[in-house]
Amino acid sequence: MESKNKGKDFGMFALPGMFCFFAVVIVPFVYGIYLTLTDWNGVSKVKHFIGLKNFAGVVKDTQFWTSLLLTFKYVILVVVLVNVLAFAIAYLLTRGIKGQNFFRAGFFTPNLIGGIVLGYIWQFVFSRVFVNIGEATGWSLFEISWLSDPNKAFAALVLVSVWQLSGYMILIYVAGFMGLSEDVMEAASIDGASGWIKLKNIIMPLMMSSVTICLFLTLSRAFMVYDVNLSLTAGAPYGTTEMAAMHVYEKAFTSRQFGVGQAEALILFIIVACISGIQGYMTKKQEVVA
Amino acid sequence: MKKTTIGGNKRKAANILAITGLVIIFIAYMFPFLMVLINSLKQKRDIIKSPFSWLYTIKGLSFDNFVKAFTQMDFLNAFKNSLIVTVSSTVLVTLLAAMLAYYIVRHNNKISKITFALMVASMIIPFQAIMIPLVSIYGGMLNVLNHRITLIFMHTGFSMAMSVFMFHGFIKGNVPIALEEAAYIDGCTHSQTFFKIVLPLLKPIISTMVILNSMAFWNDFLLPSLVLTDKKLLTLPLSTYSFYGTYSADYGTIMAGLLLCVIPILILYVALQKQIIGGVVAGAVK
Repeated sequence: MESKNKGKDFGMFALPGMFCFFAVVIVPFVYGIYLTLTDWNGVSKVKHFIGLKNFAGVVKDTQFWTSLLLTFKYVILVVVLVNVLAFAIAYLLTRGIKGQNFFRAGFFTPNLIGGIVLGYIWQFVFSRVFVNIGEATGWSLFEISWLSDPNKAFAALVLVSVWQLSGYMILIYVAGFMGLSEDVMEAASIDGASGWIKLKNIIMPLMMSSVTICLFLTLSRAFMVYDVNLSLTAGAPYGTTEMAAMHVYEKAFTSRQFGVGQAEALILFIIVACISGIQGYMTKKQEVVA
Repeated sequence: MKKTTIGGNKRKAANILAITGLVIIFIAYMFPFLMVLINSLKQKRDIIKSPFSWLYTIKGLSFDNFVKAFTQMDFLNAFKNSLIVTVSSTVLVTLLAAMLAYYIVRHNNKISKITFALMVASMIIPFQAIMIPLVSIYGGMLNVLNHRITLIFMHTGFSMAMSVFMFHGFIKGNVPIALEEAAYIDGCTHSQTFFKIVLPLLKPIISTMVILNSMAFWNDFLLPSLVLTDKKLLTLPLSTYSFYGTYSADYGTIMAGLLLCVIPILILYVALQKQIIGGVVAGAVK
């Protein structure tokens, strides 16, 4: 009776959820590792086992390494800018000013809207509005659309990503600031700590748990940027703003080299896993409890 | 005494500076939305001539753009598709994750431990590392792409790990086992206990997970783009994408179309702002 009940419990409570998870995440992940060892082209029924040839293909795919390097550059810029900006805004927001909730809600708005729509909105801003400003004022910075110049298109992508992601991080930092204990702040002031010293020696260490979360979120999101990349620049001009995630997609679904694409996706996964692991370990170590 | 007033004044000045800075940053943040808003009612030539000009300075102001965008995007149909997919996936994942998490917390056996460990580990896998085999399995082998139900199933699977993780933490910390024991003594079956006693206690975490998951499902692009290609099934982000591809030079129509996508979300946001922000913070900080 007891064991029969146990089986029924398992079947009813655990099995449906487990089935979805295994069928959609675990099985494809494992199967994906196998795919990297075959020459599947996406259409044919037969796959041949070709060993590590796909990884040799990855090594030869210079466009992949270019896009990976570009992604690193992008990730560093986005992570630093997002966190500095969000931290600063959150700091200003928690000084007890009026309308705190309104500002906070407003900054978060871009996060509610999908990357595709956001990218298109900004495409209009860069290609029409800014150009119009350039024509009217004669500022050479805006005279030609940013999206038609490789470096400026990259800058545009960074700008839009920072704009999109910072609202989320502001929420987390605001929660962090609100959690700071008044007593500790007061004690620091009485001991004569001025603004900068207080920020460096008291606030920063206490905020490290928020920093850990925000760094993790921005890192993983920036590494996997796709929607905004697709709708804002689509890799243009001439593939110079193609990030790694987009390259993987193109490799597999446009060039139909599924094995190489999957091998590149796996490499990307390993890089992200390592970097997030190191980041988590390093910032966790600096967390303190008041 | 004197010193405090000086400190007070300094503080006041700093606060004014802070507010001014915030307002400037805030306007810069809202600028793109403002541009969409004021250009959505204008004609193409006016948009090209002066995207800044306010509405009243322009002749030929009309809602034509909206009518055109509405029909060309097949807005109602795409909206309906998005709604069906988002609501079903959210309900499904919330229920299944709550049940699975409950099982894992209350049954400390090998299956529970392995499943939970796998789920936590899997949260770091980016979607791109799975999408190619996913298409290979569900497209090539099973041939079930282009069905809404496939997308719902996949959404459910992908958000399972995170949801179970959140429910697990909540049940462990906030659901006393004594309540369930009392229910068993009173003659409740396992499922009665779960649905009548445990589930109502999970309300706070359920609302957090519903907000986080439905936001992600509503805006998702990459997964739906791989699963759905049939024009009748396209969700809102997908139909925006194909609409933009066709009309990219027709600025007025595009602006109206983008605004149509944003408005429903903004209405919901204004209504549920507190819950949404609270949910996002709770989801991130856990």
